[in-house]
Amino acid sequence: MHIGIDVGGTNTDAVLMDGDGLVDKIKNPTTPDVTSGIISCINTLISSRPDVGQINAVMLGTTHFVNALLQRRELAPSAALRLCLPATTMLPPLVDWPDDLKNSIGGHTYMARGGHEYDGREISSIDEKELRKIAKQMTDEGVRSVSICGVFSPVDGSHEKIAAEIIKSETPDVNITLSSEIGRVGLLERENAAMLNACLVEVASKTVAAIRTAMISAGLNVPLFFSQNDGTLMESEFASHYPVFTIASGPTNSMRGAAFLSGVLDAVVVDIGGTSTDGGMLIHGFPREAAVSVNVAGVRTNFRMPDVFSTALGGGSLIKQNPLTIGPESVGFKLAREAMVFGGGQMTATDIAVANGMAEVGDRRLVSNIESSFAEDTIDEIQKRVEDVVDQVKISAQPVPVVLVGGGSILVRNSFDGASNVLRPSNAEVANAIGAAISQVGGQVEKVYSLTDMSRDEALDLAKDEATQKAVEAGGDPKSIEIVDIEEIPLTYLPSNALRVKVKAVGNLI
Amino acid sequence: MWHISEDDLESIAIGAGILGTGGGGNPYIGMLRARQMIRENGPVKVLSHNELDENDNIVCVGGIGAPTVGIEKVRDKQSYYALKAIEDFTGKKATAIISNEIGGSNSLEPIIPAALAGLPIVDADGMGRAYPEVQMKTYFVYGVPSYPMAVCDEKGNTALITEALDAKWVERMARAVTIQMGGVACYALAPMTAHQVQTTAVLDSLSLVKRLGDAVRNARTTHEDPIEALLGVHPGKVLFQGKIVDLDRQTTAGFARGQVVIEGMDQFESDKLTIEFQNENLIARLNSEIICIVPDLICIVDSERGEPITTELLRYGFRVTVLGFPGPDLWKTPEGLATAGPSAFGYDVEYSDLELT
Repeated sequence: MHIGIDVGGTNTDAVLMDGDGLVDKIKNPTTPDVTSGIISCINTLISSRPDVGQINAVMLGTTHFVNALLQRRELAPSAALRLCLPATTMLPPLVDWPDDLKNSIGGHTYMARGGHEYDGREISSIDEKELRKIAKQMTDEGVRSVSICGVFSPVDGSHEKIAAEIIKSETPDVNITLSSEIGRVGLLERENAAMLNACLVEVASKTVAAIRTAMISAGLNVPLFFSQNDGTLMESEFASHYPVFTIASGPTNSMRGAAFLSGVLDAVVVDIGGTSTDGGMLIHGFPREAAVSVNVAGVRTNFRMPDVFSTALGGGSLIKQNPLTIGPESVGFKLAREAMVFGGGQMTATDIAVANGMAEVGDRRLVSNIESSFAEDTIDEIQKRVEDVVDQVKISAQPVPVVLVGGGSILVRNSFDGASNVLRPSNAEVANAIGAAISQVGGQVEKVYSLTDMSRDEALDLAKDEATQKAVEAGGDPKSIEIVDIEEIPLTYLPSNALRVKVKAVGNLI
Repeated sequence: MWHISEDDLESIAIGAGILGTGGGGNPYIGMLRARQMIRENGPVKVLSHNELDENDNIVCVGGIGAPTVGIEKVRDKQSYYALKAIEDFTGKKATAIISNEIGGSNSLEPIIPAALAGLPIVDADGMGRAYPEVQMKTYFVYGVPSYPMAVCDEKGNTALITEALDAKWVERMARAVTIQMGGVACYALAPMTAHQVQTTAVLDSLSLVKRLGDAVRNARTTHEDPIEALLGVHPGKVLFQGKIVDLDRQTTAGFARGQVVIEGMDQFESDKLTIEFQNENLIARLNSEIICIVPDLICIVDSERGEPITTELLRYGFRVTVLGFPGPDLWKTPEGLATAGPSAFGYDVEYSDLELT
């Protein structure tokens, strides 16, 4: 059995899963220290269970680390070291960071010799003396965590590793993050992501240790895993070194959980809340990724995030007549006071659904004065808007299953343009925690290969092997590992033999 | 005369993205580099072509190479080094800088050497849009020599092309050098006189991209239609509105070739637009009839925000507006069409003017 936990801004949810079956679920308010809320969920789930020994893993999705960044708290004094000279000096590390975030970690930046060309040649060799001098300066400046980013390290990461050893030998106590282990091609974005990781490592180690200790004292001495942005898991020891991989796990877990509850792998998941509707596409159980760069706490990164399309439509959206408008204003969380069915004075989308006989919420008599033809027209329009969201996130014109979750899903009918079928799973309120509990482990590689000395197939095989190896290192059962995604992106404006490849492997936990 | 301020850079990047017609690379890094230079050296002066002096000595600069490499090995001051190399070789100091290409990230490249050398930029360029190759500049079509050219990397290497049979040979040699330099480089070309610029350049193009960008940004703040705002700045037309339903993209010999199919919405309901691209958008067919063709501009923008969408970012489901703008007249002569018209991209199709009404 697995325990899946989702720590959100408001609630901490937990589920107990036996294989594919939901055994128990619980919702508690999130506590300021995060840890005690998690532990109280675990305790409630396991307290009266004689079969607690059957629980073999805890999976956690948390917004803790992204909140540390947003609130600029508990961040370690950190330095960014770029291996690049004599190239890429005009835009130094941290160049486009918000000043307050930069200041809160000290804003220390260094550039040194090293780095590679796209085809694997060195830009310059590593200069050991130079790096030893930099390490001493870092010590003097009180730096406790360092990110190292070499130009084209996704092609060849050896300079980052050598530099790390040199820095480590001078300052054994600093934490080191290598950009080649964090991100893909795109120097500034990868360097930024590595630096965000560097300043989070201390708080991550502390948090992981606190949860582990509390789990053991609760009698649950089993492995702890963290959900990653891409919907796979990492072991807690790994998570304490790579906290930045957890920062966007929320939307991914929610979509995966909802699809799992509906028993589908390829589907559009539409979450209709009180104020907005979010849609995303799952392909083989994983969210389609956004093509554009992603801002984390005001810092540009190139993480792959789920591609989510949103529109201002929800159960609390205000309805106006002559001409008909739906939203974008919404009564939001005040729905239970201000909607007509609850005796309030605002006509909301929920009131229309009740008047039209699609839902039983509040007191139906309070909306008897809404004309049925108006209700019908409004529902038609809402339906069209939701169908539009589905259409925007689909990857082709083919009909796909549509999974509807969220309180506002009462606003739409079951017949749907562009949908092969419409699914409304139960227990959707704990979809995030379920998404965490069902996660697999994975490995992802994104590199540029020079095809001068190898064939395209050899390059693809190398990438697949490396992704598989990463999945095994993450705790995957080698027998269960599959390659789920291969993408080839050749370079434009340059008739050379270089190929950018992205490969993702996933497998079951051992 | 006007000055490029830090705030103008965002507008220039948007406008240059639109005139990039799907190619020209992502202007984000170019914008950061230009911003850094303006922060360190102050605003850069822009001169109109009619403010040039007959003794002016105007050097064209640009970046060359793969955008994918340029986001990793970010360019530095290479175009300044190339400017110096050309000054040394010709024995003549530059008095102003001019852009090679107004579409995409190259629109911002002149700001770097201009800021460092304290020189003004001329409000003009050699394409009036984006094109993939060095020889595709109006300067060369109308007799400006394409050499000497200096190509520089960040390490201190300079290659000088002192003689070539024609501009196409300059392109071949410069591209080969760029690969050896690690996939990105910058170049500077033989100085031009004021008269050469006035007669062979696409004029007022820098102020045009700034005004296009200003219009989009302004429409976003006031919640007006960015498409209308764009057309209010520059004569052109909405070729089509709809959503992307099919995309076929292959990369061969450094070109992202393919086509995108857009299904009509609203007034274009039940119609279909197909755009063929080779890095840049080249031909737009409404159902099967050609309605816009290179050198006229085919620009795909996000219908809601007016944000230009490059070929790499096209995706199924995007709601897009396709705008057509007449290409510069300099490209519509027989010589211009031979260099950068449909036949230069392998199409056996005659050019015909974009109908604006």
